Amino acid sequence: MADIAPPAYRTFPIIPELKPGAMEGKGPFVAPDKINEALGFPGHLVDDWHDKAIAKMGDLLSRYRSLKVYMDACVHCGACSDKCHYFIGTQDPKNMPVARQDLMRSVYRRYFTLPGKLFPKLVGACDLTREVLDEWFNYYHQCSECRRCSVFCPYGIDTAEVTMAAREILDSVGYGQKYSNEIIGKVHKIGNNLGLPGPALEDTLSGLEEDVKDATGVDVRFPIDVKGAEVLLITPSADFFAEPHIDSLIGYAKVFHATGTSWTLSSMSSEAGNFGLFIGNYDQLRTIAMRIRQAALELGVKRIVVGECGHAWRVAYSFWNTLTGVGDGADPNDRFAQMLQKQLDHRYKQPAHICEFTWDMIQDERLVFDKSKNDKYVITFHDSCNVARGSNMGGYPGGQFDIPRNIIRAVANNFVEMDSSTTFERTFCCGGGGGLLTDDLMDVRVKGALPRMEMLQQVKDENGVNFMACICAICKAQFTKVLPIYGFDRKVIGGVHQLVSNAIQLGNK
Amino acid sequence: MNTLFAIFIYISTLVFVVGLLQRIRNYAGTPAPLKIPTTPAPVTNGGVVLRMTREVAFFESLFKGNLWTWAAGWLFHYSMLLVVFRHLRYFTEPVWGWVDFIQPFGIYAGITMLAGLLGLLARRIFVDRIRYISTPSDILMLILLIGIAASGLLMKFVGHPDVIMVKNFFIGLMHLHVESLPDNFVLYLHLTMVFTLLFIFPMSKLLHAPGLFFSPSRNQADNPREKRHIAPWAAKMESEK
Repeated sequence: MADIAPPAYRTFPIIPELKPGAMEGKGPFVAPDKINEALGFPGHLVDDWHDKAIAKMGDLLSRYRSLKVYMDACVHCGACSDKCHYFIGTQDPKNMPVARQDLMRSVYRRYFTLPGKLFPKLVGACDLTREVLDEWFNYYHQCSECRRCSVFCPYGIDTAEVTMAAREILDSVGYGQKYSNEIIGKVHKIGNNLGLPGPALEDTLSGLEEDVKDATGVDVRFPIDVKGAEVLLITPSADFFAEPHIDSLIGYAKVFHATGTSWTLSSMSSEAGNFGLFIGNYDQLRTIAMRIRQAALELGVKRIVVGECGHAWRVAYSFWNTLTGVGDGADPNDRFAQMLQKQLDHRYKQPAHICEFTWDMIQDERLVFDKSKNDKYVITFHDSCNVARGSNMGGYPGGQFDIPRNIIRAVANNFVEMDSSTTFERTFCCGGGGGLLTDDLMDVRVKGALPRMEMLQQVKDENGVNFMACICAICKAQFTKVLPIYGFDRKVIGGVHQLVSNAIQLGNK
Repeated sequence: MNTLFAIFIYISTLVFVVGLLQRIRNYAGTPAPLKIPTTPAPVTNGGVVLRMTREVAFFESLFKGNLWTWAAGWLFHYSMLLVVFRHLRYFTEPVWGWVDFIQPFGIYAGITMLAGLLGLLARRIFVDRIRYISTPSDILMLILLIGIAASGLLMKFVGHPDVIMVKNFFIGLMHLHVESLPDNFVLYLHLTMVFTLLFIFPMSKLLHAPGLFFSPSRNQADNPREKRHIAPWAAKMESEK
């Protein structure tokens, strides 16, 4: 890891030259048998992988309209070609979204379209060979499914959908990625991505109660498995022990405390993250999300609130209602969803983001802040990709941008924006999303962080920014590691609720 | 010769219509199991109609993506639309008033269509990234369209074929009998290219046209919390346990 040098900043954000093959063979570790088998996938590459992979592709094409349309619709216009942070950082042309998609599209053409069957060369179709399969594994694990390309595509083609399909095909033939599959196994077995068992969790939480008591003199509780609590908080497990994540967890607890909200965590369902999304597998996505449904039903809560995590919020906001009925508007005959939806309090959006919760409380004037507590910071906000392009907050388009910023402005005095070509819907991924947050992909991660680092450097130089707030566990972990490589202090990254925690006045109201 | 050509036109048209309908049915019949609009997205169906209208009318996303491609692409597509409308006079008797009205504009559109296409071709040749992703068929498709536009303009400005005969030929085809076409090489070239384009439409990247309307990242309303969205194959999972 020490030998990884960051790429040089571009003096002007120009489009980089192509360096074919620059990232060949830079893919992640392959999952060993035990890890794959635990998820019901073949342990290692099966003998008839070719036929199985094509059959799986046909199956996905019949079940996902997105994949079907996206395979046909691309005209190679190139609008996406300079939009991917991994392309910008690595200059490998196969990291251009269109070229990455074409790794699959060329196989699609060969096996599923007439011109590709008759004139493969003419339309750029190719057989699924072992080399092609290896390229899939390599380049589909250099995509963080951040959807930035889909913003600019005239047909809305979303590379994330193609990447997910590719990873699902790879899993189905026993060619899975170690990191994602290992983590999913931990969720099934223990209940969270970090494999933190219930007793350890309780220990950590009581330790936190002591810490907060020491720091503030106030008894802020971190309750777990409390039946009949109003709010069930589902948060990424990194919040329980990783820095700077834990400071945001303290922030949530203080908000609940200050507003007198009864809340609880769940030891059985102690993970907001859902890596089923990353491997594109509906069954896994659903099975992982079902733990939340189960916890909500068992604890009898009225509201479900989700902590600071980007992809988890996308899954929660966009998919939980579909997968598990956490939401509203189920058909009266839909017994499965009604069971839970009757229990939830529909005066509130279900599920709600912790930022929605806090912002509502700020608007109701139920929280008091001493903004000067954050005066040591000049703050900027990094929009996390899944929040920006895969969800909303507040029930209106763009609420996902406004609400976290509103909170920051309510708790701190110094806020500046980064360059508008890299914020809001145009935000760049941190470089570690989509199942890439693993040391075996450090090279890709560092290079993928380049566009964000450039803009952070700019506001650091011009405005003295020394704190980049975000609302994503993966962003926090990625930047903590990558910032020092680019010459920043690792403490520059932190959560929005970390700022809330600094400024909140307990016991005044 | 005329009969043979008529058969080619009928087959191409048939492949175009049936192929396209079959493709659209295929898209419409494939479920979209998850809510995946690229956000910020409209939260109502009315908002989705507006978003789609902006995409179709102004190529909104491409505008954000690349100004040059947008300019050339938009110029080409909307010029072609005007040119197609202008050609309706060969299929209607009497010619509709508005078709009559746009005749002169249609001619200019032929020129701007060609300009747009040349711009798109230039990108494929001179921009590294676009050259890297271009397949032979991408280039051929542009050459085919350039050929169509150029041959059309050639007939307008250089060697005028007898347009009354052309019109009689197509009105005839619409009533299933074959009249003769004027003996004009450029005309045959023009028509051959046009109907070749129709023939390959349903099995090529030209499917981007219907594809846009079925793209879940654009045509879905962003209301997953308010309404449960579930595909039939996914709903089965709930009854299986």
